[in-house]
Amino acid sequence: MTRHTLSVLVEDKPGVLARVAGLFSRRGFNIESLAVGRTEYPDISRMTIVVSVDELPLEQVTKQLNKLINVIKIVELEPSASVQRQLVLIKVRADATVRSQVLETVQLFRAKVVDVSPEAVTIEATGTSEKLDALLRMLEPYGLREIVQSGMVAIGRGARSITATAVR
Amino acid sequence: MVFGIPGGTILPAYDPLLDSTKVRHILVRHEQGAGHAATGYAQATGKVGVCMATSGPGATNLVTPIADANMDSVPIVAITGQQSRPLIGTDAFQEADICGITMPITKHNVLVTDPADIPRAIAEAFHIASTGRPGPVLVDIPKDVLQEQTSFSWPPEMRLPGYRPTTRPHGKQVREAAKLIVNARKPVLYVGGGVIKADAHAELLRLAEESGIPVVTTLMARGAFPDSHEQHMGMPGMHGTVAAVAAMQKSDLLIALGARFDDRVTGQLNSFAPDAQIIHADIDPAEISKNRRADVPIVGDCKEIITELIDALRTERETATKVDLAPWWETLNSIRETFPLGYDWPDDGTLSPQYAIERIGQLSPADTIYTAGVGQHQMWAAQFVKYEHPRTWINSGGLGTMGFAVPAAMGIKAGQPDRTVWAIDGDGCFQMTNQELATCAIEGLPVKIAVINNGNLGMVRQWQTLFYGERYSNTDLGTHKHRIPDFKLLAEALGCVGLRAETREEVDEVIGKALEINDRPVVVDFVVGKDAQVWPMVAAGTGNSEIMAARGIRPLFDEDL
Repeated sequence: MTRHTLSVLVEDKPGVLARVAGLFSRRGFNIESLAVGRTEYPDISRMTIVVSVDELPLEQVTKQLNKLINVIKIVELEPSASVQRQLVLIKVRADATVRSQVLETVQLFRAKVVDVSPEAVTIEATGTSEKLDALLRMLEPYGLREIVQSGMVAIGRGARSITATAVR
Repeated sequence: MVFGIPGGTILPAYDPLLDSTKVRHILVRHEQGAGHAATGYAQATGKVGVCMATSGPGATNLVTPIADANMDSVPIVAITGQQSRPLIGTDAFQEADICGITMPITKHNVLVTDPADIPRAIAEAFHIASTGRPGPVLVDIPKDVLQEQTSFSWPPEMRLPGYRPTTRPHGKQVREAAKLIVNARKPVLYVGGGVIKADAHAELLRLAEESGIPVVTTLMARGAFPDSHEQHMGMPGMHGTVAAVAAMQKSDLLIALGARFDDRVTGQLNSFAPDAQIIHADIDPAEISKNRRADVPIVGDCKEIITELIDALRTERETATKVDLAPWWETLNSIRETFPLGYDWPDDGTLSPQYAIERIGQLSPADTIYTAGVGQHQMWAAQFVKYEHPRTWINSGGLGTMGFAVPAAMGIKAGQPDRTVWAIDGDGCFQMTNQELATCAIEGLPVKIAVINNGNLGMVRQWQTLFYGERYSNTDLGTHKHRIPDFKLLAEALGCVGLRAETREEVDEVIGKALEINDRPVVVDFVVGKDAQVWPMVAAGTGNSEIMAARGIRPLFDEDL
């Protein structure tokens, strides 16, 4: 199974998320990551969905998604032809004895500290899931108190706009 | 034409119906009946069927017929009342999230939250239900939305940016298909229900006759191609003819038209038509290569596809060397002659169910429309009634909904009042939905019901006989033993004429009587033996080459493959 990133343009209507999520579960597909947000058009939202499936089932799920009336367009974004980012907030144990080491790791990953207390710091980091996994591995020895991770968002490289061609 | 039952939240929509001269409402006895009636109406007329129910239990009673219509791609619109907007989400009286409940079983559904949106929602529902691959659409309207005042303009502007069904086939794909067809030595036209939905039966006949290719029609496509036509090999699948199943298994090219490679047709998928290339034409791109990979996919409306295919074949034939189909026909004809459809009379002297069904088909007018429940009687009705025209066989194929026949017959008769309508039903199915006969009697819908009464859940019993060591767990309904209910008396109580046949001699007589009665519904109780079985059969989970013509008789057509 390989990982695929689908960029799905949908009408901004109630229940659309349930329709999409329901379709995935009903047909036996597991969503690894999901992010929903606005686009430059007020009545269109974008879902970025990451799924691990083989090529043929992916074709089937894409076709089934396309059948949903509220789904306008689906594009698969290849990692090489797109920019993919996730955001993670990490609360890590960092008292005075280890704080400087933690901060060094933060700098190394070009992350930043967004909150600090005597026992812990909270770090904000963005990147691909591989980069964030590496950061988490580095911080783990200090004691991860809490992690909050967003879904993956992705955009195609170059001047072309998926939304612009979809609403034309 | 609307089939429905009023209730609290849908009352505001029912009030103006009292004055309507354009919309006929048929008050049914159970919402499930409204849904199946809408399906019967839609399948018989080609128009959209409509059913209406109140919120909560009214709406949930529509779930089965909506799922049924979804599986068989039937264009119906269901309109349901909903609790008023401020009460939604509070577990109010008769509140059910019917949009959430029917999401997986509708083509689309919508909760209308603004009175101004009602006309557009209804227009879009009819458009979505009837175009592309047809299917059920549910419109859920809160009571306070129904009660508000709004300005009405018709036709409203539809806003469906994500809905653009492809109807024109791709020219290159059609030419590719034509190339495969002219070079095939053992081609088969695998015809599904989509051909009837696209009204493409005339085009199919032309394609078949110009190409000389054998035709099989699935359970949903019976009537799409005349049974009397010599190129017709019959129905494929679990209870198909040996000839139809053999034709597909031995084929080198399947031309699937509006069919979806359902498991009941293919049997075990990896041994289905092992040597065949596949041309798959369907209006729904998601059906193509879903179960079996297509070598040439064609997305579009079957009528347009077949028309263009006929042209492409003519062009292709000008240059191609003609392949002689005679050896293929020789093989198929020999199988057809060796294993014709047939049945034996039961040893115990009881009436043969197949005979009763066959006689109904032979004695009824040529344009009679047949429907059925689900089970043995359904398979026999598909096998032993001969269908010559599209939309004369209407049944529950995909979902296999027991109890479909009586309400479906009601909808069919409402849509085609001048045609004879026979519901071939089983005693199990009949006891699920027969209350709609009261509706038929009161609303002037004189349908004819043949209860093939073997006292048992016959198909389940057949599987118990074959696969569960004749252990008959909970399949004897007692209809024979106790004659409870007495279907003749039940029919009379429901305002119908009740007749009964228990011997071969009585069969023609009761059918004749039933055909003469046109002022009331008729129920004929055909008391038949419980041991009759549906043959041929491909046992579930086995390959189609394992087909048995009768118990223990395997044609073994592997050998000369």
